[in-house]
Amino acid sequence: MMSIDTALKLGILAPLITAILVPVLSVRANWRDAAGPIGAVITFIAALHVAGHVRDGGTAIWTLIEISPGLSLTFKVTPLGAMFGLVASGLWILAALYTTGYMRGNHEKHQTRFAACYAIAVHAAMAIAWSGNLLVLFIFYEILTFSTYPLVTHKESREAIKAGRIYMSILVGTSLMLLLPAIIWVWITAGTLDFTDGGILAGTLDPSYAPWLMVLFAYGVGKAALMPIHRWLPNAMVAPTPVSALLHAVAVVKAGVFTVLMVIVYIFGLDFLAATGASTWLVWVAAFTILASSIIAMTKDDIKARLAYSTISQLSYIVLGAALATAAAIEGAALHIVMHASAKITLFFCAGAIYVNAHLNKVSQIDGLGPRMPLVFIAYFLGALSIIGVPPLGGSWSKFLLMAGAVDAGLPIIVAVLAVSSLLNVYYLLEPVFRAFFRPTNTEIKVDRHLLTILPPVITAGISIALFFAVDLLTPLTSMMVMP
Amino acid sequence: MSIITYNLPALVVALPLLMAAVIALIPSRRVAWVLTLMTVISVTFAAYGNALMTIGASVSYELGGWPPPWGIEFITDGASRVMAIIIASLSLVSTLYAKPLIEKEIHLDDIPRTYAAWLLTIGGMMGLVMTADAFNLFVFLEISSLSAVTLVAMGAGVDRRALMAAFNYLIIGAIGATFYVIGVGFCYAVTGTLNMADLATRLPEATSAPVVVGLAFMATGMMVKAAAFPVHMWLPAAYSYAPSAVSSLLSAVATKAAIYVLARILFTVFGGLEDVTGLIMTWVLIPLSILAMFAGTILAIFEHDLKKMLAQSSIAQIGYITLALGIGTTATVTAGFIHMVNHAMIKGGLFMAVGALAVTLGRRANLASITGLGRAMPITTSALLVCGFSLIGLPLTAGFISKIYLISALLDEGQGVITALVLLSSALSVVYLWKMIEVMWMRPAPEGTKIQENPWMYGPVWVLAVANIIFGVYATPVVALARDAAMALMGGGA
Repeated sequence: MMSIDTALKLGILAPLITAILVPVLSVRANWRDAAGPIGAVITFIAALHVAGHVRDGGTAIWTLIEISPGLSLTFKVTPLGAMFGLVASGLWILAALYTTGYMRGNHEKHQTRFAACYAIAVHAAMAIAWSGNLLVLFIFYEILTFSTYPLVTHKESREAIKAGRIYMSILVGTSLMLLLPAIIWVWITAGTLDFTDGGILAGTLDPSYAPWLMVLFAYGVGKAALMPIHRWLPNAMVAPTPVSALLHAVAVVKAGVFTVLMVIVYIFGLDFLAATGASTWLVWVAAFTILASSIIAMTKDDIKARLAYSTISQLSYIVLGAALATAAAIEGAALHIVMHASAKITLFFCAGAIYVNAHLNKVSQIDGLGPRMPLVFIAYFLGALSIIGVPPLGGSWSKFLLMAGAVDAGLPIIVAVLAVSSLLNVYYLLEPVFRAFFRPTNTEIKVDRHLLTILPPVITAGISIALFFAVDLLTPLTSMMVMP
Repeated sequence: MSIITYNLPALVVALPLLMAAVIALIPSRRVAWVLTLMTVISVTFAAYGNALMTIGASVSYELGGWPPPWGIEFITDGASRVMAIIIASLSLVSTLYAKPLIEKEIHLDDIPRTYAAWLLTIGGMMGLVMTADAFNLFVFLEISSLSAVTLVAMGAGVDRRALMAAFNYLIIGAIGATFYVIGVGFCYAVTGTLNMADLATRLPEATSAPVVVGLAFMATGMMVKAAAFPVHMWLPAAYSYAPSAVSSLLSAVATKAAIYVLARILFTVFGGLEDVTGLIMTWVLIPLSILAMFAGTILAIFEHDLKKMLAQSSIAQIGYITLALGIGTTATVTAGFIHMVNHAMIKGGLFMAVGALAVTLGRRANLASITGLGRAMPITTSALLVCGFSLIGLPLTAGFISKIYLISALLDEGQGVITALVLLSSALSVVYLWKMIEVMWMRPAPEGTKIQENPWMYGPVWVLAVANIIFGVYATPVVALARDAAMALMGGGA
């Protein structure tokens, strides 16, 4: 059995080594495409080990270098980070397999660059998950942005470059103009940037400034896609579907809400937040985002655009849970990172499978496709149910906890918001399923069967079911967040 | 202490000046380059040796054995130490890089004399930072400026506009130097001394109109030399029409030496007259710096020619440094010095990379001519990318260290509005970098051919690119040197 130090280093470095190996192996396409899944499995094993260690109350610390006095590159796994690490690395295994099937089935160009940047993005996500302080988090947050730019603009079309511009200007702009000063503000106020149980701002920050610092953080983290800085996400859908699946449903966006959660739990501290009410405004902004983006999603005919707006809405569930800052809401938000990740990646995998195998990308085009691609649409159905929050799927737990958290916070209207949003989910997520199964078939459409694009969504749908029954494996970690 | 180690402060200045005279007479361009390189290597060793032996102390050197305040004094303290290190290091990298470019861009018969002017520029700047004598400083200012003008004019072989640029540089530079020397004259008339330390002790006793006028003249003169907004007009043309090697040397170190002198004047020479320097800093330096940050960045965004774009960006970057001086706390001045070190590496690397592109292409590098070069010249362009990331202050690069120290120093002072302006202008700088990235990587290469890259050109660029990463990950030495510099200028330590 490997030691905890080895596991920690392995989890961070294995994706990076994969990224380096991909161009080296690019002369043999099969070897190159094997590097991703193998690297992913190694990373996942390391992440499992680290998560188990943290769940048993152990610590995992790796200090790389002290950049300048008081600022060090340190990794230290928090319970939340352990969970996010599991999500990113676990889903990477399936995404890596799926990527191979998708890129080959679609005959995409620049597959080597794509695979290398993909692995760097996962490396950044792992480093964000296990970051020990805000500086490390910020460093890898930026690396994540820059490593995904070549993925978003992969097609190098005019449209892709334009989308890339929006992507970069929002993500880089907000992080450099709001997140960075917020971090420096914390640094000069608290004298440290370390993630600490109970927060570091209580007693050092003037409570009347706390809401403003919260504004800088909430809008500095563009990846959390809070309205009105959400536009990059639908634009990023111009990327190939594997990018949308792993990065814009899991790694990148979850890195955003993960940052918000980390800041609220380990920088502000729940008690300090409760005392200052610094996040009250955020509750309402998140609630607005949930409803507004659900309504926009209903108007979208493009499957990926619809899923993108659904993602924006679901991300705000997590921000909402963080902003409510009650124990149940925080646990719900943390669980929702896992539940939504497995469900949404399923939906994106299915959208990509429909595109690769039937060359369709609009909801209105898929009438009657269900019987001809049954596995894909059943997987889609399960993923959608998980997001809606229907038992026995994982999403029901997190939604339940979020509602309980809203009640604890004395905000029944938020419960109503969540309920209305679930109804909207039912409409816009299940419409494709009904069209696929209950409308007449268009027989002119030719359907291929690229196995590597069909199996991953089936497996992730299975994971969504498994998470309903196996949630007890995760709850020790979430309860450590609120009761250290 | 041996005779050599004792005389190191004089050697870093005298060696390049003497060797310049020798090299001017050498007919072979190869021998001229080798001698130049050896001189610069010696100067670098001397500067580093001098720095290591005096670390944490302030050491005075009497030129010719005449004690100050009558004789000329060279001083090695925190501030001149870091400046000498910047100048020596960047001169060395630029000299390594210069050979293939100078041979391509300058007429063969002119090459030895070009190297002579090259060494005079370096020696002049070294003298500028080492001297502790206000008038002697003027001498070195003229040596470095006139030789730099000569170097810029050498660009006429490629583009005749270099002559006009050099002429502007000469005239405006001369005005700046004249302003400075007039200011020195006022102070001398009042105090009867030229030694900076001596001036610093005598000036507070003699506060009067001539002293204030003297300060105004000296500060204005140095702002001209430092290309502070709005007296920066000479810089964009001079840097963009100079031969590529010269652009990289000048952009890396030339204006920094003048900024250093400005800091010396404000904090050391007139350090006792805080009410007067405070007025200049609050009502002149800070507003002009903020204008510079935006004017430079916005002009860079609309610029098509890469060298001009980088030159405009330098105006903005100089604005950050003068802003740090203008706020005038130890923390901001430290941040200013950190950025001087880092910007030397950043802009030196960028000008070198763009120069390498231009010389390889055989035409000026602009947004049209560099289309698709990301794939055609991957080694040079990726070094450019690293330096560009450092310019916009991304983490793990030196520029990030500059930024966090500047922002934290500003926030510590409660300067929320200025902080926001700095952040805004630095975020805007992403735009012009992005324009380069898009045309280099997101467009197909012309004819799709692979261009042969010259290791003598991309090697030095990569040295600076790697330095940008190293000092972004391990910034402790830079921070320590910069803190020493601020302490030395503002009192409270060596």
